[in-house]
Parts: sequence; C-alpha cells; structure tokens
Amino acid sequence: MGEWWTTEASMENCEISSISHVTMSPSRQNNFVSSYLFPLAKSSYSVISAFCTEDNVLQCISYINQELASLGLCSTYIEATSPEGTGLNAVPALNAIYELLQIHRRTMSTVEALEKEQLKKSSTMELMQTSNTRLKDQLELSIREKSGLHEMERQLQLKIKTLQSCLKTEKDEVQKLQSIIASRASQYSHDAKRKEREAAKLKERLSQLLVDRKDKKLAIDVLNCLGRSDGKRGHWKTAKATASHEGEMYKSLLSDYEASQKSLMLENAELKKVLQQMKKEMIHILSPCSSSGRGATADDSQEQHHDSDGEEKMGDTSRETLDQSCEHAREQLTNSIRQQWRKLRNHVEKLDSQVSQVQNQLESNKEMIPLETHEDEMERMRCEVQQCKEFIHAQQQLLQQQLNTSFDDETAALLNDCYTLEEKERLKEEWKLFEEQKRNFERERKNFTEAAIRLGREKKAFEEDRASWLKNQFLNMTPFTDRRRCSSSDGHSALSVRSEPEIRMSSVKAQLAKSSTYTTFSTPRSSQSGAVPSTPELYRTLRLIPESSSSRHSNRGLWQECSTIEDGDNQLKV
Amino acid sequence: MNFSEVFKQSNQLCKVSPDGKYLATCVQYRLVVRDVSTLQIMHLYTCLDQISHMEWSSDSLFILCAMYKRGLVQVWSLEQPDWHCKIDEGSIGLVSSRWSPDGRHILNTTEFHLRITVWSLCTKAVSYIKYPKACQKGIDFSRDGSYMALAERRDCKDFVSIFVCDDWHLLRHFETETQDLAGLEWSPNGCVLAVWDSCLEYKVLLYSLDGRLLSTYSAYEWSLGVKSVSWSPSSQFLAIGSYDEKVRIINHITWKKIAQFEHPATVESTKAVSQVTNFVSLINSLLLPHLDEICSLPVQIPVVKPDPDRANPKIGVSVLAFSSDNHYLATKNDNMASAVWVWNMQKMSLEAVLEQTSAVRCFQWDPRHPRLALCTGNTKLYLWSPGGCVAVQVPTEGGFQVHSLNWHCSDNSLILLGKEQLCLCYMETDEEDK
Repeated sequence: MGEWWTTEASMENCEISSISHVTMSPSRQNNFVSSYLFPLAKSSYSVISAFCTEDNVLQCISYINQELASLGLCSTYIEATSPEGTGLNAVPALNAIYELLQIHRRTMSTVEALEKEQLKKSSTMELMQTSNTRLKDQLELSIREKSGLHEMERQLQLKIKTLQSCLKTEKDEVQKLQSIIASRASQYSHDAKRKEREAAKLKERLSQLLVDRKDKKLAIDVLNCLGRSDGKRGHWKTAKATASHEGEMYKSLLSDYEASQKSLMLENAELKKVLQQMKKEMIHILSPCSSSGRGATADDSQEQHHDSDGEEKMGDTSRETLDQSCEHAREQLTNSIRQQWRKLRNHVEKLDSQVSQVQNQLESNKEMIPLETHEDEMERMRCEVQQCKEFIHAQQQLLQQQLNTSFDDETAALLNDCYTLEEKERLKEEWKLFEEQKRNFERERKNFTEAAIRLGREKKAFEEDRASWLKNQFLNMTPFTDRRRCSSSDGHSALSVRSEPEIRMSSVKAQLAKSSTYTTFSTPRSSQSGAVPSTPELYRTLRLIPESSSSRHSNRGLWQECSTIEDGDNQLKV
Repeated sequence: MNFSEVFKQSNQLCKVSPDGKYLATCVQYRLVVRDVSTLQIMHLYTCLDQISHMEWSSDSLFILCAMYKRGLVQVWSLEQPDWHCKIDEGSIGLVSSRWSPDGRHILNTTEFHLRITVWSLCTKAVSYIKYPKACQKGIDFSRDGSYMALAERRDCKDFVSIFVCDDWHLLRHFETETQDLAGLEWSPNGCVLAVWDSCLEYKVLLYSLDGRLLSTYSAYEWSLGVKSVSWSPSSQFLAIGSYDEKVRIINHITWKKIAQFEHPATVESTKAVSQVTNFVSLINSLLLPHLDEICSLPVQIPVVKPDPDRANPKIGVSVLAFSSDNHYLATKNDNMASAVWVWNMQKMSLEAVLEQTSAVRCFQWDPRHPRLALCTGNTKLYLWSPGGCVAVQVPTEGGFQVHSLNWHCSDNSLILLGKEQLCLCYMETDEEDK
C-alpha cells in the first residue's frame, strides 16, 4: 500500500498524460480510479494507477468499503467474488459507483453555487471598498473644507475685532472733538456775550451822552510843569530824531545778536574741541588694534589715510579762525568723526563676536585662565574663611559651655579643681618656703638690730676707750711706759672685747655672704696674742677695709673707716 | 523772622517804591506813605474818591492814584507835598491808568478801550493812540523803558505798534498772524516780543524789535491753547503754560521746544522730591528748622475737575514764575490748585511739589535769592528754598489771612496783604544761609 506514495513525485507529469490515454478495461481494476480523477484539472495527484494491483484487491475492497462507510453509504458495500480477491461483484460496485457519482454531482453543484456566491460576495466587497475609499476621500475633503471655513471665520473675527477697535478709537476721537467743539462753542458764546454786553454799555453811554449834551471836557490841572526825568530839554520831532530812533533800535538789536553770537561761538569752539579730542582718542584706540593684523592691508592703508587726513584736519582746525573755512572744516570734522566711530563700532562688534566664540569653544584664552583661577582662588578662600569661622564659632561655643557648666555642675567644679590641684600644691609649697624665709629674715633682722644696737654701744665704749687711750698716749709721750702698757692692755682688752661683737658681726656678715672669712679671722686673732694690733690691721682682718690700703693709718683714716663701718651698719640694718 | 504790626489797607493796594525806601498804601480815599524801615507815616494824601489803582513812578518821586469811577487821576509828589496834579478824562471814562517808564507821562485807557490818552506832566500835552485792543495784556514796556509795545485791532485784524517811549514816536507798526491776540510781552533783553493768541488757538509768535517775525510756535490744534506766558530773566527761555496742563519751554536760539513739563495727578518720578509743608506754628526769631515731610512716592495730588460747559475752565497752567537766578520755575496748574510745582531749569526736571491744604492764592520769588513765598489764604506764610521749606504763622491777634504777598525789591522782607490789612515780614539775615 505504501508504494503509491513513493512514486508520486516521479510520475507527476507523465502520469497525467498517461491517465488521459487510459481506457476502461475490466482486467485492470484501477482504471475507474483514474477516470474518477480525470475531471479534476491538472492536479499532481497521480498515485491512482498504483492504488490497486492483483495482489491487494481484498485490501482495496475493504479500504473502499471503509471509505464508503465514512461517506455514509453503508448499504452499498463492494463484495469480492472470490476470497482470493481478483474478482468483484458488479452490482454493489455499480451501485457504489452510482452513489458516488450522485455525491459528486451534488458536491459539484454546491461548489458551483458556492463559487457563484463567492463571486457575488467578492464583487460586493469590491463595491464596498470603492465606495469606502470614495467616502473617505469625501470625508477628507469635507474636513479640509471645514478647516478652511474655520480659518476664514477666525480671520473674519480678527477683522471684526480690529474694526471694532478702530470704531472705538474713532468714537473716542469723535467724543474728544465734540468736547473741543463744546468748549470752543462755550468760549465763543462767552466772548460774544461779553462783546454784546460791552456794545450794550456803549449804546447806553452814547444815548446818555446824546441826552446829556454836557460834554465834560478832559483836562489836566497841574500846579506846575515838571522837568523831564533825565533833566534834558524836550526835543522836537524831526526826521533826524526818527532816524536816530531807528539807529538806536538797530544798535540794540545788533548788540544783542553780537552777544548771542559770541556765546554761540564759544560754545561751538568748546564742542569742536571735544570732538577733536574724541577723534584723537578714537584713532588712538583703533590704531594699535589694526596693526595687530586683524584688518586687511586695505584697512590699514585706509586707516593711515584717515590718520593723515586727521593730521590734515587738525592742521585745518588750527586755522579755523577764518570764517570761510569754517563750513568746510566742520563738515570734514563731522565726517571723519563719523567714520572713526563706525570703525570703532565695527571693532567692538568684532571683539564681541570673538569673545563669544572663545567662550563657546572653551579655548584657553589668556584672559580667561586668570579669571578662572581667580574664581577658584576666591572660592577656596571663601571656603577657608567659612571653615575658620565655623572653627571659631565652635570654640566659642565650647568656651561658653565650659563657662556655663562650671557654675552649674559640681563635677565640673571638681574637674576644675583637678586641673588646678597641682598648681595649688605647688603654690602651697612655695608659700611654705616663703613663710620660712620670711621668718628667717625676721630673725636675722632682729639679730641684726640687736647687734647693731650692741655695736653702737660698744662703739661708743670703744670710742671712749680710744679717746682715753689716745689721751693716755698723748699724755704718755713722756717716759711713763708702765701706765701706757696698762692702758694699752686695757685698750687691748677693750679692743679684744670690742672685737667680739665685731667678730660676731663679721661672722653674721660672713654667714650672709661667705663663711670662708671665719677661719681666716680666727688665725690672726691667735697670732695677735701679745702685741696690740693696729686698727687698720684689725679692720683688714675683719675684712672691713681692703688690704692694700696701708695709707689709712692716720686718724683721719680711722674716722673714715668709722664712717665706712657706720655705712656698713646702715647697710646691715637695712 | 520778624513781623511788623498790622496796618489797614483797602483794595490790596500796597506798593513799595522802586528804590525800596517807602511803602505806599491806600486806605479808602487816603494815600499813606510810610518809611519801610520804621513804618512811620511820612506823608498822607487825600484823594477825591476811593482809589482804584495806585502806582509809583519809576524814579520813586511821584505816586499816581486813579479813581476809575470818577474818571480821575491824581498824582502826588513826595518831594513837594504841596504839588498836586489832577487829570480828568471827562465823559469818556477811565478803565486803566499807568505811568510811562520815564515817570513823566501817564497813559490812561478810556472806557471801552476807545483810545489811550498820553498825558505829559512836563508839557501838559496830550496825545492819543487809537484802537487799542482790549485783551489780557495789551500794553507792555520793555525792561529798560525805551520801547512800548501796544496791541491794536482794526478791521478785525490784529496789529502791534512799537513806540519809542522817549517821544512817543511810532517806530514800527505791523500786522500779526493771530486770530485774536491775547497778550504780548517783551523779553528781558528788549530784543524780542512774544505775542500769543487767545485760548481758542495755540499760537505764539516771536517778533524781533524791528518788527520781523522770527518764529511761530504752535504745539497743537483745536484744543484750548495758551493760558500763560513767561520769559526767563536771562531771555534764554520762554515758558508757555497751556490748558492741556503742560508747560513748554522754548529756547531763544532756535525758538523750538526743548522741554515739556507735565503736571500729572500722580507724581511718580524718583527725581521729584515731594515735600509737604508742615503746618506747625513757630515762634518769631527762632531759627526755623526744616519741617518737611518728604513723602514716599507715588504721591497723589488732589484734582478738581472743572465744569466742562463753562468758558475759561479752571484747568491748565495759569501761573508761571521764574526765579531771579534763572534756576527754577514755579508753576501752578489750575485743577490742582493746592499744589505749586517747582522745576529745576538746569536739569529740566521736577524739583519739588509743594502741596498745601487749600488752594494756593499767590506765590512769588524773592528778587535776590532762590526762595519762593506762597500763601493759601490762611494765617500762615510758606517759604520754600532748595534747602527746605517752612511754614510760619503770622502772629497777629484776630488772625491775619494772607491773601497775597510781595517781596521787597532789595530788603529781604515780605509784604503780606490780607483782605483789609497788611503786615510786613522781615527775614533775618542769618536765615539767608538756609
């Protein structure tokens, strides 16, 4: 059964032609199948010749029966004559064929009908489509027309508005004119009334005069004539007088004109100066720019030409005092100023466009960078300033906080105490030291004062002693040596006695200054056991006088030394 | 600031002599002449009727007293009190009377403006000038007194005649291009005569001394035109105030408009300093402090709309006054009658707006300093100067309502005129520094 599928393709064209030549032969059961296919025009359905062979008759029959059953022809089954399947029962087969033919005819008729129907429908559709497009076009057209009408309407509305405003203005003007007419009319009527009143008065006066007939003559009654105000006599009216009046009048007019002309000339000169200045400055401004190659050489030459022109004109204007050249020079000046101004303006425009170009292209123009960096710098500085300000502010706040919180919290107070504790301790120590020192000083001062007092007393005693000794000496210039020795021993004892407080004094002094002299002092004392030490020696050992001064042996020297001691006392007391 | 005592006067006739020494006042039919400094009565003259007009002669030797009802003019002499002069116009009547600039001729305008009679006091001669025009300002003398311009109307046409005051010789006589000449004024330098038309037509004509038309100026057509005209003291500017509430300044070189000052009801310009004078009474002789209230702009000025049906409506700039140093121009717009506008002529802009509580009756510039005195009919005197402004109460019992004022020509004092009274106000010299 599967054979006829595979041969389909190869048998396409030749089979169609072979099918057309196939005739009905009873031996070949597959012929009716091909005749069935004949009315079907040019289809590639060409497997029929291979449908039934001598081998598969029964299968074919069963297949065909199945098909017939599916078509609804159950009553007309084809039967085989023999079980081998080479023969076929004619009656059912013919019936089947007939039924099939009937079915075919019916279907063909329905197909025809359908085709007709389809044709009709397609034609109506075409008709619809054309009518649709026509209607669409019509719609579009009408829409356009509508918009056109709208437009016209709008324009007409606009026109109406303008006409209305015109009408309004006209009405206003009419009203204004009417008010003017009214005011003029009222003025005229007022004037007319006034004139009428005056005329009436005149008439009245005239009638009165005519009636009265007493014409009061006009008269002047003067006590005496006056002199003229300028003191001169009156003149007769002569032609000369008339001429002189004319002359006077013209003179005054001329002087007035001259004065005004003078002032105008001055003004003119000043303005000209200003213009010259302007021209010079404009030339000056334009000349360096044109030399930088911006303009064409033609420009340069023009510039130079104008410059030279300018020079000429400057020369001209210096000669401008002549009236004849005024007009000409003025024109030249104004023209040259105009030209310069035009050039300046063009130049400025060029500069403007250049600047805008540069700005657009963001080229690094020398003038731009500093500006930018300047701006950056400014920004940076502003930020810094801001930061500093904030910092200061924060610090201020903290300080404030501290100050505030120190009064409020105990802990804050304690904290404060902590910070100052060390200082306080130190301070306390120093106070202690200070107190001690103060005490020491007090003690020493006391000692000093005592010593000073004692010294003073002992000095006095010493003086007395010395005086006596001297007296003795003097008196002992005689050969009374015993007494001298006694007195000298007294003196010695006195001296030694006296030396003690001195020793103490010096010791105290030494304590203050150096303690080294103490030992030096003690040794001379031991050596001076026998002989009477001379006072300078004593003082020298007491370190009260420098050792070199041996000249102070005399009494005068002693007095001086006393004074030094006194000074020393004073110093010590201090 | 010292105030003298109050004296009687009638008819607002009170004038200081041109040399500044004497003050002449009229009380009914008496003429009282006082010394300005002591206010002692020097002379007392009696006229034949109530005095309608009084005028000093230019040399301060004679006073003219006109009595219009009787048609009489009496002239009195200061040097010789016995001297008398009486001019009777007869049945022709008298409408106005004035001195000529030389002080020896009197010009009388007869009733109905039939003619002007020129009486000479030197020769007792009379001359007539026919067809003078009856208008707002038909006669003007030039400042130096050499020429007189007179408006005439003949055959429905306007003419101007220029006379030489010396001998009344007719120098020029020409027709003007006006419809109805309303006034004429000489420029202070005596070379240009400004002639303007009536308010029905805005036209200002400028004629040279020899009668040539120099220029015509017309700002607009049809609406009511020129209301007032004033020359600046230097003859540089001609200020024209018109009914459209604007002042137009014409320059003397091109005779074209160089500036236009408007008087809007709302002052908005930041250049204007609006000053409202304060109404506080001050004690005499104290240094007057500055009491201005400088208002914040914009300031609304009260406007009174005039009756549209009446003739000569109360609208437009009616008074123009230049200060003596040429720096300021004071104007008054009639529908804002309580405000005086002061314009700076150097900057050509508004300097100040002085707003008062009631309508300003009179204002006048000091002849020596840029100081403006104004009064509104109440008992106060207002002074404005560029430094500030001040209000002074006139210290009189019974109230002294200041109706008008006049500056003394040289003495730094003011004459205040009430309805029937007059008072002198002496400025102290230390206030000159203000």
